[in-house]
Amino acid sequence: MKIQRLCLWLILWVALIVYLMPIYVMIVNGFREASSVSLDTMWQLPNPISFQGFTEAWKMLSPNMQNSLVMVIPSALLSSVIGALNGYVFSKWRFRGSELLFALLLFGFFIPYQAILLPLVRFLQWINLYGTLAGLILTHVVYGISVTTLIFRNFYVNIPSSIVEAASVDGAGMIETFYRVMLPLSLPAFAVALIFQFTNIWNDFLFGITVVPNPQFQPVTIALNNLSGSFSVDWNIVMAGAILAALPTALVYIGLGKLFVRGLVSGAVKA
Amino acid sequence: MIKQHWLVQHKGALILLPSLILTTIFIYGFIGSSFFFSLTNWRTLAIDLSLRDPLWQTYADMFTMPRFQADLRNTFVFTLLFIGLATGIGLGLAILLDRQISQKGWFRNTFLFPYALSFIVTGVVWRWIFNPETGINLFFNFLGINRALEAAGMDPLSPGWTTDPTIVFSVNQLLYHLWPDGRVLQIEWGIPVALIPIAIAATWQLSGFVMAMYLGGLGGISSQIRDAAQIDGAGEIRLYSSVIIPMLNPITISTIIILLHVSLKIFDLVFAMSGVGPGFATDVPAIFVFEMMFKAARYNLGSAASIVMLVASSVVIVPYLIHTFKTRES
Repeated sequence: MKIQRLCLWLILWVALIVYLMPIYVMIVNGFREASSVSLDTMWQLPNPISFQGFTEAWKMLSPNMQNSLVMVIPSALLSSVIGALNGYVFSKWRFRGSELLFALLLFGFFIPYQAILLPLVRFLQWINLYGTLAGLILTHVVYGISVTTLIFRNFYVNIPSSIVEAASVDGAGMIETFYRVMLPLSLPAFAVALIFQFTNIWNDFLFGITVVPNPQFQPVTIALNNLSGSFSVDWNIVMAGAILAALPTALVYIGLGKLFVRGLVSGAVKA
Repeated sequence: MIKQHWLVQHKGALILLPSLILTTIFIYGFIGSSFFFSLTNWRTLAIDLSLRDPLWQTYADMFTMPRFQADLRNTFVFTLLFIGLATGIGLGLAILLDRQISQKGWFRNTFLFPYALSFIVTGVVWRWIFNPETGINLFFNFLGINRALEAAGMDPLSPGWTTDPTIVFSVNQLLYHLWPDGRVLQIEWGIPVALIPIAIAATWQLSGFVMAMYLGGLGGISSQIRDAAQIDGAGEIRLYSSVIIPMLNPITISTIIILLHVSLKIFDLVFAMSGVGPGFATDVPAIFVFEMMFKAARYNLGSAASIVMLVASSVVIVPYLIHTFKTRES
C-alpha cells in the first residue's frame, strides 16, 4: 500500500512538472535579457532578470490588447443578456416546437465557422462593418447566442416553475416575471456565461483574422501570432507577449476557477 | 380580445424572434450561400455566380488535389492521436486525483489551466519547445543520450519535429491491393511525423478539460458502489475496468464528441505552430479554406472545402444532439 501511494505521488508530480513546462518556458524566456537570448539557454533561469522583453512587447501589443478589450466586453455582455432571455423562454414558456427551435439554435454552436465565413465577410462589407471592431462585436454576439442560451436554459430548468407560476397568479406578465423573479436568481448563470464568453472571445483567432484585415484594429491573438512569425523580433519579446496576451483569461481562471469549470461543463450539452 | 390572446400565447416566440432571425440568416442562410458558392464558377476576385458545368466539378477537382488529400489524411491522423492521448491522459489524471489525496485542488487547477489559454499562446510556446535547434532536443544533449549514441557509432538524436516531412506506416501498398483503382490517391497515406508535436500541444491544452469532465462523473459515483465491489472481492484494477469506467460511458461519449469537434476544425494551433508544414505534412482543411478564401481568391474551392468540414462535423454532432434531446424527453 505504501509503495502504491508513493507511485501515485510520483506520477502526479511528474505530470505536474510536464504541464508546467510550457509556462516555465514562457516565464524564464520572457524575463531574459535580449543579449542572452540564444537557442542554448532556453531552459536556464534568466540571469540577470530583465523587464525589457515586457516593455517592448507591451509597446507592440498594447493597442491590440485594447482592441481585444473593446471587443470582448460588449460581446460577452450582449450575448449573455440575449441568452438569458432565450433561456428563460425555452425553459419556462415552452410552446409547440420550442424544443426544435432550441435544437436548431444550438446547432450554431457546433458548426465549423469556416462554413459561414465568406458570406459573413460579404455581409459585413455590405453593411459597412467589415474591418471594424463593431463588425467583430456583431459577429461574436451573433455566434455567441447559441451557447449562452444553452447555459441559461440549463440553469433555469433547475429553478422550480412554481416560482414563475406564483408570479403570474399575482398578475405579473412574462417580462415582469423575468426581471422581478428570475433575474435576481440568475447571478450565478450570468457569471458562468460571462466567463465562458470572455474566455472564448478573447482567445478567438479565426474571426479576428478574417473580419479585421487592418493590423491596427486586430485583437491581440492575431498581433501575437504576427509577432511570433516575424524573424526580426527577439524571442524574449515573443514570450513576454505571450504572457501578456494570456494574462486576462489566466487571471479570470485563477480568480474564478469554480465558475470557469461550471461554464465548461455546461458547454458540454448536459441533458 | 382574440388578438391579445394570440399575443399572450406567442410572447415567448416574440422574445425569441430576434435570435431566430439572426440564426436563420447568420447560420442557415450563410451555410446555404457557402454551399451555393461552392457550385459556382467564382474562382477569381471578380464575382462570377454562374453555376459550374458539371455542377460538382469543384468538389471533384478538390478531392483529386494532393493538398486536399493530405488535409483529409492529416485530420484523420491528428484526430486519432489527439483524442487517444487526451482522453487517455485525462481519464488517468482523474482517476489518480479521485483517490482522496491532499492538495487535490492544486493538481486539478494546474492540469486544467492550459484550457484557459488561447490556441495561439499554446502554439507560440510549443513551437519553441519543438524547435529542432533548441527546446526538447537540448535534453538529448543534457541527458547524455547523444553522447551515448555517438559512442555506439550511431547518429545523434535530433528529430526535426514539425519540420520533418516523413510519413511513417504508409498503407498505400495495402490500399492498392484492396482497391485497384486506388491510384487516384496522390499522396502517401500514413502518419506524418510532423503532426505528433501538434497533437501533443493540443493534448496539453485539452487533457485538463477531459480530466475535469471525468472528475465530475467520478464524484457522482457513490462510495457504496465502490464498497460493494470491494466486498465482492474486486481488486483496484477490476473495480475501475469493469465497474467505474463503464459507468462513465456517457461522459466518455460527450467528451469524445467535444474533442472531435475541436480536432475537425483545428486551425489556430496549427497556424501558430507550423502552418502548412513541409509537403503539407501539417496542413488541415481549416487552413486550406482560409488560404483559398483569403489568399488565393479561389472562392468556390474554399467554400467547397468548408462544406466538407461542415458535413464532417455534422455527422458527429447531429446524432448526438438528437440523442440528447430524445433522452431528455423520455
